Amino acid sequence: MRPIFSPQSLPELFSIRNAHPDARLMAGGTDLLVRLRKQPADDRPLILLERIEALQRIETADTEIVIGAGVCFSRIATGECATTEIGVLAQAAATIGGPALRNMATIGGNVCTASPAGDSLPALYVLDASVELASAQGTRIMPVGEFISGPGKTQLGENEILLAIHIPRKRPAWTIQRYEKIGKRKSLAIAVASMAAALHLDENGIVHEARLAWGSVGPTVMRCPEAEEALLGRRLAADAIEAAAAFVPGSVRPIDDIRATAAYRRRVCANLLLRLLDS
Amino acid sequence: MTHRLHFTLNGQAISHPCDPDCRVIDLLREQMGLTGTKEGCGTGECGACTILVDGTPKLACLMVAAQLDGKSVETVESLEKSEEGRKILQAFVEHGAVQCGFCTPGMEMASLAMLRSGRPLDRMAIRSGLSGNLCRCTGYVKIVDAVAQACKGTDR
Ligand SMILES: Cc1cc2nc3c(=O)[nH]c(=O)nc-3n(C[C@H](O)[C@H](O)[C@H](O)COP(=O)(O)OP(=O)(O)OC[C@H]3O[C@@H](n4cnc5c(N)ncnc54)[C@H](O)[C@@H]3O)c2cc1C
Ligand code: FES
Ligand code: FES
Repeated sequence: MRPIFSPQSLPELFSIRNAHPDARLMAGGTDLLVRLRKQPADDRPLILLERIEALQRIETADTEIVIGAGVCFSRIATGECATTEIGVLAQAAATIGGPALRNMATIGGNVCTASPAGDSLPALYVLDASVELASAQGTRIMPVGEFISGPGKTQLGENEILLAIHIPRKRPAWTIQRYEKIGKRKSLAIAVASMAAALHLDENGIVHEARLAWGSVGPTVMRCPEAEEALLGRRLAADAIEAAAAFVPGSVRPIDDIRATAAYRRRVCANLLLRLLDS
Repeated sequence: MTHRLHFTLNGQAISHPCDPDCRVIDLLREQMGLTGTKEGCGTGECGACTILVDGTPKLACLMVAAQLDGKSVETVESLEKSEEGRKILQAFVEHGAVQCGFCTPGMEMASLAMLRSGRPLDRMAIRSGLSGNLCRCTGYVKIVDAVAQACKGTDR
């Protein structure tokens, strides 16, 4: 049997960790408990993060939006940040699992799991998000793309937790934000391929800034600067999008797995760009 | 280290000694004797174990007992005790929304949360509210019919 701790504050959490260095952290448990079920039982303690107030905040400051690591996806999909400002993240959140799962699964757990198919990740990349890590000694901030160093791998230190996600506020706001996910079905399906897009168009409909990121088609989130560049200075019409899409299959690094083949993924992630046509 | 768990179960205050890492589905079924809540997959995929914790749908197969401390839990057994619950039960019966019945407790608890939300519920909204609950028998149409009837007149 595992001892379970339910700290109410960060100082309490850090002192429990200090006393139990082998303890595991659990937020929503939707990755961790599934994983523990598959392996032989051990008695490493569990530290529950869900009662720590500091992890539950969503704050809109002047220059950034801060989302606590313990915020669950239903709040992101439908709650305080379903604003147009970070709509791509809200759209991604709405595709995760099903309603009850989204009441449990947290953004911090999604980032720390660092799955190539993690739905929040492409959105966080295009929004230029950073992660704030905290330990008893203090905090540090780094870009999410640096934090995630490989499939299932992060730069999280032994004594650290993920405290919050910081998203800079874009001025003027993104004109178009889209999250597109291909799965076997609409709910409770892991992405076969996904794409996050954030575009800024001027008053004449000319693309000024474009950020694109793909999930499930490489060891981590894949970017394609050539495709982004191909859109710049052009109207968001079929010819521009097709020109950009031509760069995509060559820059992603998908694999064959039980969900789809690499060849299918290359093609589908280029084709996902075409969906921007109906924005 | 046995833990004394304090929570409210279907309106009743409970103080119960148990292992803190016992799964909530096992706590309910094996220790509380409430076998209405079902375990389909045990990994979050099917929704058969859906319960309400402080009014919010959660999956009892992916929770440990310690998470319930100080919380209020509602299971399918509570439905017959409230008017809104009886509305759901009645609608499922009238529409033949139950075949083997294995998914039914989870479907009904997800429906209860939808009905209480007071949101306008068209068929699309009902389908998306039930999208985490799998049924292998009915083909869903009758379940959506039942929920649509139960929710009728509850929009605020
Ligand atoms: C049925 C089902 C469907 C799913 N569907 C999707 C889907 O569509 N898309 C998707 O992206 N994912 C999906 N997932 C995976 C999972 O739900 C998500 O990755 C979720 O965001 C994990 O969050 P959690 O809070 O449950 O994490 P937990 O399981 O609690 O934790 C996951 C890992 O992160 C660590 N951790 C959590 N929080 C912190 C923190 N603050 N600081 C440091 N470490 C931390 C834990 O120690 C653990 O190692 C699904 C899972 C299930 C069971
Ligand atoms: S038994 Fe919990 S979701 Fe299937
Ligand atoms: S009635 Fe059999 S699974 Fe739904």
